Formats: sequence, structure tokens, C-alpha cells
Amino acid sequence: MAAWTEKDPIVSIKDVHKSFGKLEVLKGVSMDVMKGEVVCIIGPSGSGKSTLIRCINALNDIQGGSITVSGIELTDPQLDKLALRKRVGMVFQQYNLFPHKTALENVMMAPLLVLKENENDVRERARSLMAKVRLEDKENAYPGELSGGQQQRVAIARSLAMTPDVMLFDEVTAALDPETVKEVLVTIKDLAQDGMTCILVTHEMGFAREIADHIYFTDNGVIVEHGPPKSFFTKAKDPRTKEFLSQIL
Amino acid sequence: MASKDRQTQPQKPSDLPVLKPFVIRPPAYASACHWLANLPPVTGVLLFAPLIIWPFASHAAGQFTMLNAFEALLKWIPFLFTSGFLFNVLISVFAMLFGTLAGAALGLGQISKLAIIRRSSWFITQLFRNSPWLVILFIVLLALPFEFVLFGVVFSIPDWTKAVFGLSLPIMANISEIVRGAVLSVPTAQWEAAESLAFSRQQILWRIILPQCFKRMIPPWMNWYAILTMATPLCSLLGVEEIITLSRQAMEAEDNHPELLVPFYSFALGMFFLYCYPIARLTIRLERKYAVKL
Repeated sequence: MAAWTEKDPIVSIKDVHKSFGKLEVLKGVSMDVMKGEVVCIIGPSGSGKSTLIRCINALNDIQGGSITVSGIELTDPQLDKLALRKRVGMVFQQYNLFPHKTALENVMMAPLLVLKENENDVRERARSLMAKVRLEDKENAYPGELSGGQQQRVAIARSLAMTPDVMLFDEVTAALDPETVKEVLVTIKDLAQDGMTCILVTHEMGFAREIADHIYFTDNGVIVEHGPPKSFFTKAKDPRTKEFLSQIL
Repeated sequence: MASKDRQTQPQKPSDLPVLKPFVIRPPAYASACHWLANLPPVTGVLLFAPLIIWPFASHAAGQFTMLNAFEALLKWIPFLFTSGFLFNVLISVFAMLFGTLAGAALGLGQISKLAIIRRSSWFITQLFRNSPWLVILFIVLLALPFEFVLFGVVFSIPDWTKAVFGLSLPIMANISEIVRGAVLSVPTAQWEAAESLAFSRQQILWRIILPQCFKRMIPPWMNWYAILTMATPLCSLLGVEEIITLSRQAMEAEDNHPELLVPFYSFALGMFFLYCYPIARLTIRLERKYAVKL
């Protein structure tokens, strides 16, 4: 595989099939994401959205097709999963911060232990990331002492500390109460405006319409329809998309 | 008005389970410690009571009275304590040390990614967890040589080191299960979060998972230490000179009067109680302190 260049998509998914036992969850999904693009994946529960983005950092393996991230071929039998995951950040629905470490330590841990960077540099970067997610006053708080929204913002900072090429967001606001959803969305929006490539699985339609460059609608393991938000939300063609949007909007 | 009624009428206990007061039941694994810790502290005094009451109660019976027996015990107590009971403690400490080290390794083996290590660790764990301790002790004693020759020098293996080895095997198996259970008690989401940050499996285990569940392992670990200490008299059947063996020898030296039995064995019982009871109480306290925290 040739080295990745700016003209190639940074994430390229081609005809991906994924099964859990006999249950086929992804039935031939393809999408290309360019550097700096913000892509939202929407669709009903169980349509394979989360499974798809979990495949992008090899948390799930795939049974068919191919995925390429920054020139790294995921189906390569000699795939170095750790090298891939250094390039791909992921934020989960349930935050999953490490409860025995403070917020700042959570952010510092991976660069220190995985990238083996200098501690002072890492501390400086972690501090600026905590400021970026507007939590500079919570550096020494433990996850248990933070609200859901604050924990989720620390989780975002923790992923950013690895300076990834791509950020994956798996329904990051689904476990939050309505008031704290906004603070997390604002953080993601800042990130998108800074030019970070983001792939989001979300149920926040208003947010998707506002920040996405491209929207994919999945149902039953396939991409039913996709397009830029303007045409997607107003001129959906497929009846399944229309039905889903009529229920949501 | 409704509130007035409630004040005047006595509250009836509900028969709906959800409305009953919430009771925290201790986990079953620590049952030995729970049993011991639930005894009132006065039990310790009661255990020594026969020593004090018996001599007076049967003062007039025969030539060798209970009072004589009591005097004999007093004479032997320093010896029984220093050469006997402290030796039991020593055996328990060494067996616990080796059992913990081997058990931790075996427990981590049980969650290994390599099927052969995982299966064999599981098998060893189950084998020693489900065997009678006495049988293990006998096998170890009879299967191991009493001496071995290395470069022409003869090294003898004392019985008590075999006893330590034999007792550490079931401890190893039970510690293995504690480690496995504790690691599995950490939500898999923690593994996934760490994996997505490119941590290696080793790093995840040592830096993220084990620090989170270390505290949870302490109470059951202490429980097994108390059980082990109470099991050390088993070594007397193998001729190890611990408190029970020495008590028997002391009684023989005092002409084997049957009146000696109660004072001598009560003393041994009391020593074990005084040693294990505080451990059991501390275990319960730590268990409450470290209970379900996530």
C-alpha cells in the first residue's frame, strides 16, 4: 500500500462485512472520510452504527471488505493494532475514565506510557487540553467527583492527548442529561473547527445538521442514504430515511 | 389528616420485599471470617474459662487433681507458646507468602490470552481448591525426599518446610481464584478504553486493571490467612513440632493424666482464637470499606 497523501481519504471503508456469530451486523458498508471532514452516522438502534466505528480502531475485527486509516491496512494479518490506535482516538458513551487516577493523570497516562514522551512536555500539553475542554480547575479531581458532562470532556481531552489523526465519537451524549449535553457538543464543535477529522455516531440531529460535512444514514447493516446535511435533511429520497427523520425531527 | 393517621397508627412491617429495609448480606466467600468475627469478644474469655474453673470444680477427685493439671500447664506455657504457637504462626506466614506469590501468578495465568496457559492454570487451581488439605499434606510429605544430594553435599529437608509447601498449595489455588475474580470484576469498558488509547495488554493489566481491584482482594486474602492459621495444627499429624504436637509431648511428660487434656487443649484453642479473632474483625471492617465502589 502506497503511503497516504493529502488527496486520499484518511479513513477509507470498502464493502465491510461484520458478523457476531451467525448475526450479520454490517452487510457491505462503504464510506470515505477526507482529512478535516466531520462525518455523522445516524440511524435506528441496532443498525450497526457503533459496530462500524468500533471496527475503525480494530476494537471489532471484520470478516470481509477492507478498512484503511492513514495508510494503515486493517485487514493486514501483520497489523500493528497499537500503531493504528495511536492514530485513532475514541470517546465512549460511558466516558470510561480510569477511576483510580485524577483527571489530569487520565489525560497524561497514555502519552507517558504508550508514546514514552517527556513528562514535563506531557504535563504542559495535558494542562492546555484541560483548558481547551474548559476544565482547568478540575485537574486534580477524580472521575467520581466530576459530573457526567465533565467526565466526558476529560475523556475527549484524554483521547486528544495522543494527537490522533481521527477522532471517533460513539454516542457520547447519550448518557448525559439534557443540560450537560450542550457543554460536550460545544467541545466537539471547537474540535471540528480546529480541523480535526471526526466520525460521530449520534442521535443529536440538530447538532449533526450544524457541524457535519456529510451525513450517513444506516439501517439494518447497510448505508441507506448519504449526503451533505442540507440536502439530506430536506430532500431525503429513500422511504426508510424519510420515516426515520419524521420520527426524530 | 393522612399524616395524623400515620402518626397514631403503629407502622406495620410490609410483606413486599421491595419495601423491606435494605440488608447488606456478606458475600459467601468470606464465611469463615464472618463466623469468627460474629462471635462476641467475650468468647476469648470463655475459652480460657475451663482453665480457671475446672481445677476448683473437681478438686477432690483422686490423687492427681485438676489443680495439679493446671500447675503442670502453667509450667509448660512458656515452652508451648514460644516453641509451639509461634512456630504455627511462622508456618502460616511462610505458607501464605509462597501461596500468595504462586496464587497471583496462577490467577493471572487464568486470564492469559494463550489457551494452554489459561487451561492449565484453571486445572491446577481447581485441583488444589477441591482437595482435602490433609490429603495434600500427606502426599507432599511422602512424595518429597527427606534429603537430597547436590554436588556431593547432602541437604536434608526438614518436615516443617514440607508442611509449608503442602499448606501453600491450597492457599495458592484459592488466591488464584481471588485474583481472577477481582480482575474480571473490573468492567470490560475499562479494557476497551485503555485499548483504544493504544495501551498494550501488559500495561492495561498492571497500570489500569490491577490498581483498581487490588483493594478488593485484601479482605478475602486475609480471610484465607485466618483459615490457614487455624489449619496449621494439621501439621501435627505429620510430626511437625508445632503447638499440638508439643502439647501432646508435654502431657506425656506429665504422665498422661486424663485431667491434663482439657487445660492443655483449651490453652491451644485460646491462643488460636486470640490470634485469628482480630484478623476476622479487621477483615469484616475492610470488606465494608472496600465494598462495591465504582
